[in-house]
Amino acid sequence: MSKKATSTIEKKDAAPIGSSFAQAQINADLTKGERIDLYRKMLRIRRFEERSLRAYQGKKIGGFLHLYIGQEAVAVGCCSLMGKNDHVITAYRDHGHAIAVGMDTKALMAELYGKVTGCSKGKGGSMHYFAPSLNYWGGHGIVGGQIPLGTGLAYALKYRGLKGASMAFMGDGAVNQGAVHEAYNLAALWDLPVIFVVENNGYSMGTSQDRSSAGPGLAQRAEAYGMNWGTCFGHDIYEVRATMDKFLKLARDESKPSVVEIDTYRYRGHSVADPDKTYRTRDEIEEYRRTKDPIQVFQQKLIAEGVLTDVFVEQIDTEAKAEADLAADFAEASPFPTTDDIQKDVYWESDHPDRRTSKGRLFFD
Amino acid sequence: MAVLTYREAIRAALSEELARDENVVLMGEEVAQFHGAYKVSEGLLEKFGPKRIVDTPISEAGFIGMGVGASMLGIRPVMELMFWSFYSVAFDQILNNAANVRYMSGGLINCPIVIRGPANGGTNVGATHSHTPENVLANHPGIKVVVPATAADAKGLLKSAIRDNDPVMFLENTILYGEKGEVSADPELLIPLGLADVKRQGIDLTIVTYGRCVLHSLAAAEILENDHDISVEVIDLRTIRPLDIDTVLASVKKTHRVLIVEEQKPFASVGSQLAFMIQREAFDDLDGPIHRLATIDAPAIYSPPVETEQLPNPQRVLKAALAAVA
Repeated sequence: MSKKATSTIEKKDAAPIGSSFAQAQINADLTKGERIDLYRKMLRIRRFEERSLRAYQGKKIGGFLHLYIGQEAVAVGCCSLMGKNDHVITAYRDHGHAIAVGMDTKALMAELYGKVTGCSKGKGGSMHYFAPSLNYWGGHGIVGGQIPLGTGLAYALKYRGLKGASMAFMGDGAVNQGAVHEAYNLAALWDLPVIFVVENNGYSMGTSQDRSSAGPGLAQRAEAYGMNWGTCFGHDIYEVRATMDKFLKLARDESKPSVVEIDTYRYRGHSVADPDKTYRTRDEIEEYRRTKDPIQVFQQKLIAEGVLTDVFVEQIDTEAKAEADLAADFAEASPFPTTDDIQKDVYWESDHPDRRTSKGRLFFD
Repeated sequence: MAVLTYREAIRAALSEELARDENVVLMGEEVAQFHGAYKVSEGLLEKFGPKRIVDTPISEAGFIGMGVGASMLGIRPVMELMFWSFYSVAFDQILNNAANVRYMSGGLINCPIVIRGPANGGTNVGATHSHTPENVLANHPGIKVVVPATAADAKGLLKSAIRDNDPVMFLENTILYGEKGEVSADPELLIPLGLADVKRQGIDLTIVTYGRCVLHSLAAAEILENDHDISVEVIDLRTIRPLDIDTVLASVKKTHRVLIVEEQKPFASVGSQLAFMIQREAFDDLDGPIHRLATIDAPAIYSPPVETEQLPNPQRVLKAALAAVA
């Protein structure tokens, strides 16, 4: 888990520690309000996840539920750096990124409940959140399968002459998938503005990194493709932002791809179906929570900076819990899609009958 | 009208659509400098430059997936598979991403991508290079599947496929690349997807087919007419999904006898679906059971003379047609 921060583009200060990340320009420039927003977003994710877990336990949600609790600073840190032409795609642990890019938690919770008011009209579920208008391209269920898509987003940016970057997130379990390596090769071969972000929470489902991935490090594999790479800790949002800012600039300004491995940790099992009793100890989880909880860490920093007060912390938390409850109430009150909805949103053409050019039957029974 | 080969017709469609829409990109293994493994894209690099005609590494999952991603953001990629047989290594990108992203996003996204290349047996390249996956592809709602048999159809259908806002799988045929036919030079002459074509009129038997088997069926129909006084109607589906079943049913109403001919393994094939639909929707019009001629059910054999017999061919069609009208 613990490795020192290092990077191919940061050789001279390879191990910046402690508060130096707060002084990085990208963080130093943050206004008080922006800092509070970052904190608030992380807390909103956690409260949303906790509320969704309760809904799952109350049998309001079907299928899988992969919670992001513990990893909040990664999605919020990365997505807070997005400009107009920056795009995000991720895997199935996608709630944090969805909230980080600005999706409405009511629509997110309704999607979990399988309601027609959900962000995908109840057709995608937990693993498949999308918001193209916010440059958020999912939410993908097959490990590593989204990485070629994220590379394609970067290809489109470059082709169209837009100055932006694609952040393609994956877990540490995805790095051994062939599609990921094919995407690395294409991105490096064609200098595509993509950052492959490996959210390393230590376990691909129940298999630790030691038992699944050969070689000295996950990000370092970038060297085989001549790509830049870096690592950082994911519990300090300032560190995440300072690190990602460099690689984002490299992508936007020089159209250079890179791999960034962010060490993080999930407190819950792989999904809520994982009893989490076979592959790690309670002590390990408690130790991380006690020393590196991303929300606690940032809260303490902001209190020290004079940005937050205990009273304000309480108020933000109350609001975040209320928002999550409101989302659950909204989801509960919303209708399910109907069986008539099953065959909508399959083909663009059948959804636009007035603009249909093909003939014949699109659906069969 | 000009006489073009099937290959030239596809090239003309690509060239016209590349010229028409700057977001169209042709990408695949050997499509640019090498001029295409089957020379379909010959001259396009010189005409459109390396931004529009892009050589990829041998990396189907990577570049097909990349094309799907680019299509979500406004590019209209035409991805060449050197052989459709290689779709297996990109299958996750095709079925989970191209086919499903629209649905899983509740209709927020569409993927205007074309994946094209040859899908056929008959060239003695063995089991790994002879797959005909139109049934497998058509089994996935969200994608469209086209299998053109003639030069004119190849051009008109590919142009429609490139302008289509859904992902279209376009299955060509290496043996047809050299076949000639009259092709319109009109860049706005499109053939809509999902429209079958009656390639030969007849009254005694309907042969429903597509792809290279159209040619086999037409050859057999000629013999049946001349030597057996049997009048055969040959329907070329041209598109598998969407499917023009109405043209098939209208023909069945006229002939009352059906033979399906397909270069497909028989189990759960396109013909299986057709047979179900015909019996379901035209049961009272049938004077006998629906017959089918498919590939002999085994992996593609290498042995050149035997492979010819494993696949439908005019003699096998003839025999099957005689059985269907007996």
